[in-house]
Amino acid sequence: MIVIRFFSFALLAFFSLSLSAETEKVLNFRTSVDEIRYHDLISELRCPKCQNQNLADSNAQIAIDLRTHVYDMVNDGTSDTEILAYMVARYGQFVLYSPQKKGVNFILWYGPFVILGVGLIGFILVIRRNAKRRKQRAKS
Amino acid sequence: MSKKMRKVALFLPFLTFALLAGVFFSQLGKDTQYMPSALIGQPVPDFSLVSLKSNELVSKEALGNEGYLINFWGTWCPACSFEHDYLMKLASDGINIVGIDYKDETQEAIKWLQEKGDPYSVVLLDELGNFGVDMGVTGAPETFVVNAMGVITYRHQGIVNEEVWQTMKGYLK
Repeated sequence: MIVIRFFSFALLAFFSLSLSAETEKVLNFRTSVDEIRYHDLISELRCPKCQNQNLADSNAQIAIDLRTHVYDMVNDGTSDTEILAYMVARYGQFVLYSPQKKGVNFILWYGPFVILGVGLIGFILVIRRNAKRRKQRAKS
Repeated sequence: MSKKMRKVALFLPFLTFALLAGVFFSQLGKDTQYMPSALIGQPVPDFSLVSLKSNELVSKEALGNEGYLINFWGTWCPACSFEHDYLMKLASDGINIVGIDYKDETQEAIKWLQEKGDPYSVVLLDELGNFGVDMGVTGAPETFVVNAMGVITYRHQGIVNEEVWQTMKGYLK
């Protein structure tokens, strides 16, 4: 039983290996910085077809196409901001895994800290009042 | 703090809960796959694509200044096959449909149109899908409504049918 299991696992591993080797093509970059930029960008950009996957993870046709676009732009010397703007202009804010920190998004990014601050102020006020009361009780 | 204010404060957690429950409830049953197009309200991006029928380059100025539909399709796409009959009906009703043969083989496309009929006023070849990316397309079929001003007013992902068309046609003007 164990032998069969091991065998099937080895078979599976072998096939998944050959499969991933088939889909990956060799990418050449001018500099190692470009390579890092490329990998950062495709992990930061969301696949518009398959939600909850980034461009790096997805094998949807559109994700493959967009990876090629990012690759071409990186090699053409386009800046990160320009590449992100290019994607947002076509697919909307949706494609950014870290949305821009302005407009309604501001509440999403900083709202929790504001609420935390309000809670903290309330907490301090209650503690102070209780301390005052205790003092008054001790006096009387 | 007055006694009245304290009473109100006691209800704060409940009010917060009610508010959140309301927000979450209003989001229930919505299509989670729905993604608004970034191109709504924008003019059609510039392009220069080869026409399948005339073999000449066509740019957006040639598409005229009356409302039309841009339909992305491909012979590789099963849903496009389902959609085709309804597009034929729209075309016979006089709707101007611009077809984009998206990431497809030209020979296959010619065969498809011969066999199934041709609802398109013009078919443009987007073999690499670059125009698709400019339009924010994620697959096929996908249909855009362009109004008389040349502005994109509506985008539908998936099959166009009678029900979808009822909403769509309002955006054509």
